Amino acid sequence: MTEPAIEDLLREFAPQVLGALVRRHGRFEDCEDAMQEAVLAATVQWPGEGVPESPRAWLTTVASRRLVDQVRSEQARRVREAAVSAETPPEVPDTDDTLSLLFLCCHPALTPASQTALTLRAVGGLTTAEIARAFLVPEATMAARISRAKQRIRAAGGSFPPPGPDRLTVVLHVLYLIFNEGYTASSGDRLHRADLAREAIRLTRLVHARLPDDSEVTGLLALMLLTDARRNTRTTASGDLVPLDEQDRTGWDRAQVTEGMALAKASLAGTALGPYPLQAAIAATHADAPTAAGTDWRQIHALYLILERIAPNPMVTLNRAIALAEIDGPAAGLALLATLDGDDRMAGHHRLLSVRAHLLERSGDRAAAHDCYRRAAKATASLAEQRHLESRARRLRR
Amino acid sequence: MRFLISLHINPAVLDALTEEEKAAIGDGHGKFMEEIKASGELITTLALADPSQAAVVSVRGAAPVVTDGPYAEAKEFLGGFYLVDCEDRERAVALAAKIPDAAIEGLGVEVRPVMFADGNLDA
Repeated sequence: MTEPAIEDLLREFAPQVLGALVRRHGRFEDCEDAMQEAVLAATVQWPGEGVPESPRAWLTTVASRRLVDQVRSEQARRVREAAVSAETPPEVPDTDDTLSLLFLCCHPALTPASQTALTLRAVGGLTTAEIARAFLVPEATMAARISRAKQRIRAAGGSFPPPGPDRLTVVLHVLYLIFNEGYTASSGDRLHRADLAREAIRLTRLVHARLPDDSEVTGLLALMLLTDARRNTRTTASGDLVPLDEQDRTGWDRAQVTEGMALAKASLAGTALGPYPLQAAIAATHADAPTAAGTDWRQIHALYLILERIAPNPMVTLNRAIALAEIDGPAAGLALLATLDGDDRMAGHHRLLSVRAHLLERSGDRAAAHDCYRRAAKATASLAEQRHLESRARRLRR
Repeated sequence: MRFLISLHINPAVLDALTEEEKAAIGDGHGKFMEEIKASGELITTLALADPSQAAVVSVRGAAPVVTDGPYAEAKEFLGGFYLVDCEDRERAVALAAKIPDAAIEGLGVEVRPVMFADGNLDA
């Protein structure tokens, strides 16, 4: 078996084995350490010695031994009752605890940054070094963050929480954050870090496979697939941003669009309409348009209106203003934007400035548009976006 | 999100502090560093030597011209910085408020988002 194939295998089984260990023993922190060591042992041994007949049983045995060793040395140190019996024979897990593990990693006692890091490590099976690279921080910083997160979970009990709808909401938000971090880095020169987006899709698939009837999960997966399908057309070869209406739609990943459209449709069939199915429906409407000019803006506007009602958020209003401007003209869009001026969350936000600049340009007010593009360029922390906004401003000065 | 928390020092203000006050600042920085290291928010930190040790380099034509002393003609100079990766701007501001300099009149603590970074961060 090739090394990438072994890696895939490990990333598939590691969360299952870790989940089973935590279910059996609690002690998430110790189990996670033991699991990391078992995965490391497999990475060293399997390429040379071959993959064992039952990789899951092998990992369970090795991780359990490490766990027992840890507890033994702790016992020797502290002379107290062990929570894990050294005699317990390792067993092959027969239940799938991947979801429970995901719920534990997205513990509400953690900050979103810690939830994402821990999820990528314990469920995604990424190493601390890989996670650190993806988030552009030193490994020591990420190691400290993960270790702090594990301490917090230990303090909060360390074992599986009862799953509930609130917990799932947090999990989906964390997956969404991972995807966004991969798709548009919040700062820096690299516009997308494809690996994180792909990892978020993989993890969301994993949740979807276990909760196929949950419309929010289905909607989130659809949203990710439809957004990610545009990845190759989002930037030029030199790394410049290409806005949606100028993207080469023949370059969109057709297989992903087809799958995303089907999932979006399925997610809308549910009784309660949640935010992810609605966002998926908006992405599907864009994906469905053969050309930018052929976009069904009325439908998009209607979907944003519903979204605004069930999950009010100035960003949603901002996006609705774009759709409204396409239907009723730039003045209508600008009037809607004006309602956001008093919102502290949007004051000086580069998205508000850049959308206003765009609508001012369309209304023919070139001087005001130029000024707004310049201010938006100063307000963004993304180099690619700054270059894009500055080029828009330059175009107006001519 | 990554932020640079920069420390703007006024040598005259620092010189006027008592030994106890200086020691308290040092302890405060030590505690702050431990805290953000443990939380996984510190990327790196640096303290700079006295501004009198600075040199300004400019190239006019072919030859570089080196002038001793700091570039800015100001009372305050960059004294050092903390590069952090934290949840959001609000958290960065909360971190800045924990730095002892923030409580001293005449010393400045500034928070600014990072736009681009490169290099070996583990070095």
